[in-house]
Amino acid sequence: MAARAVVGLLGFLLLVGCARPAPPPAPVAKPTRDDLVVLLPDQDGKTGALSVTHAGTERVLDTPRASAKITEEGRIETGTATPEEVQQAFGAALAAQPPRPASFLLYFLEGKDELTSDSQVELQRILAEIARRPSPEIVVIGHTDRVGTVPFNDALSLRRAQKVRDDLVKLGIPADRIQVAGRGEREPLVPTEDEVAEPKNRRVEISVR
Amino acid sequence: MAARWRHVSLLLGSGVTAGFFLAILLALPAHAQDVGQIKVSKGSVAIERSGQKLPAAVGAKVQAGDVVKTGNDGSVGIVFIDASLLSAGPNSVLAIDTFVFDSTTNQGAFESTLSKGTLSAVSGKIAKQSPDAMKVKTPAAVLGVRGTEFVVRAIGPGD
Repeated sequence: MAARAVVGLLGFLLLVGCARPAPPPAPVAKPTRDDLVVLLPDQDGKTGALSVTHAGTERVLDTPRASAKITEEGRIETGTATPEEVQQAFGAALAAQPPRPASFLLYFLEGKDELTSDSQVELQRILAEIARRPSPEIVVIGHTDRVGTVPFNDALSLRRAQKVRDDLVKLGIPADRIQVAGRGEREPLVPTEDEVAEPKNRRVEISVR
Repeated sequence: MAARWRHVSLLLGSGVTAGFFLAILLALPAHAQDVGQIKVSKGSVAIERSGQKLPAAVGAKVQAGDVVKTGNDGSVGIVFIDASLLSAGPNSVLAIDTFVFDSTTNQGAFESTLSKGTLSAVSGKIAKQSPDAMKVKTPAAVLGVRGTEFVVRAIGPGD
């Protein structure tokens, strides 16, 4: 009996010894009744801005994790939330965020619907990006430089987009997930005079979401 | 005939009429088109559309007017056609009130209401093109989105 008590005591001491320092006592579990808004930094580290209007009062949040609380009594209180508070209150919603939409550019040889060799490699990266997404949707928009007439470039831009779609379909992406459009020479990446050959404008933009 | 055409062009020229036509143009697609797609669906999630409850599995389309609800164990993530993301945690009610988007000009309007629960949002092309064209409402507040990422918790009347 005494031996068992000693073993038990040892076990207890061992447990206590291993335990981390006790966290400060948790606040009493009273469910919060406050509405809460927290502005988060973007993935690239920048922070945007958000206006919060309550009962005619507007507050603008524009710093990382700036928060606005609207208390049960109807007051609006601004402050800064900790990452832990954000995780605790919004962990499930944040965990349900789908992968961010992404877009890619592929470039073409002058006057053709043939990809440059670099862009043929890039296509493989895009494929991997599509593969990791649940229920992927793909939009392919073709563009041209300003060499040639507007109708010629409208047709060429669409042909480029269709060529990329066909490539993606050959690589196993279902055709019904891909939308195509051609914008001709209307939306140059690099603005130029008419009839100027500009490789950066001979492109297809692939948006994956 | 000439007088009649002048009359028509006068009418079309007036700002009120133009606004009216614009309102019709903007209102029409809002109720017919798919404006987003469910990409993440865990636990119990449903879409309510015109009084009907639809399953909200991955790949289900979301339209303006839809209300997306999650249960005790539910969470949902939606990607919209302007590349906005909304995701909601458990016990949430999220209504897509207005969604209009012109993919050529990136202009549009996106308004949603979180009646209760938690929401995380990443704004897309609509808010980038026109700050404050994206709004999120809760029973207590209106949020004007100037970009880009934020979270909101709304306490519903029954919570």
